[in-house]
Amino acid sequence: MTGDKPSAWSYRPRVDIVEDTDEFTVLADMPGASVDNIRITFENRTLTIHGTVSARQGHDVEFLTHEYGVGDFDRELPLVEGVNADRISAEFEHGVLTVHLPKSDRAKPRRIPVREA
Amino acid sequence: MFACRLTEPRPIVRLRDEMDRLFERFFGDYEPYRAWDPFNLRRYPAANVWQDEDDIFIEAELPGLTTDDIELTVLGNELTIKGERAALRPKEGATLHRRERGAGTFSRVVHLPANVNEGKVEAAFNNGVLSVTLAKARAAKSRRIPVRAKGATT
Repeated sequence: MTGDKPSAWSYRPRVDIVEDTDEFTVLADMPGASVDNIRITFENRTLTIHGTVSARQGHDVEFLTHEYGVGDFDRELPLVEGVNADRISAEFEHGVLTVHLPKSDRAKPRRIPVREA
Repeated sequence: MFACRLTEPRPIVRLRDEMDRLFERFFGDYEPYRAWDPFNLRRYPAANVWQDEDDIFIEAELPGLTTDDIELTVLGNELTIKGERAALRPKEGATLHRRERGAGTFSRVVHLPANVNEGKVEAAFNNGVLSVTLAKARAAKSRRIPVRAKGATT
């Protein structure tokens, strides 16, 4: 069956989300994606991840064991305010996408000095 | 069912609720995931296996590993995939909002449909996908048997 889309199924990558003082870090498992086929957008406080993954085997392959499907990855992650959108960066290695979302200065915990009255 | 709130919750609580909603909704192709048992699948990694006349092909998704983390062994008609993925260790003072990705050691035996030539196994690992090609042992390749009509001379 041929169609316009490279694959018929879309999968939600598993993610880990860590927050420390300076940034949110999102790690997403996207095996089979590649650096050139990943699109990340941040809009309205929502991080959207998309990875285009073409089928790795032909349509007529008869699987003896077929435990997972191959297809695009899609996930939307609403995040809190306080992300400095201009400084979002990401890297992709060994099938894992790591997105760094630095907090804007407003959102960082600020130490408030206490002065003697 | 998302409860109504009279006051705006703290942003972090909102984040967690959003995550929970997404999580509970259609989780995708994966089995339900429990944080205390990261590799909750009966067998990890999941594998796809197919063959042609000469070879058996196995593919498994192992994101986050390097070739040093994966141990492959072949014996007879069994392929064993073993390895370990390091757990995410947030820094001191960091908060882990969501942990869906598994970690820990795994060991999986894939039974092969035919005996293989153990000296002719190739494996590649790209973008978190492991691809293994095993050449079938000569004796295992199927041979076409000609069928003659009974009573024919040739």
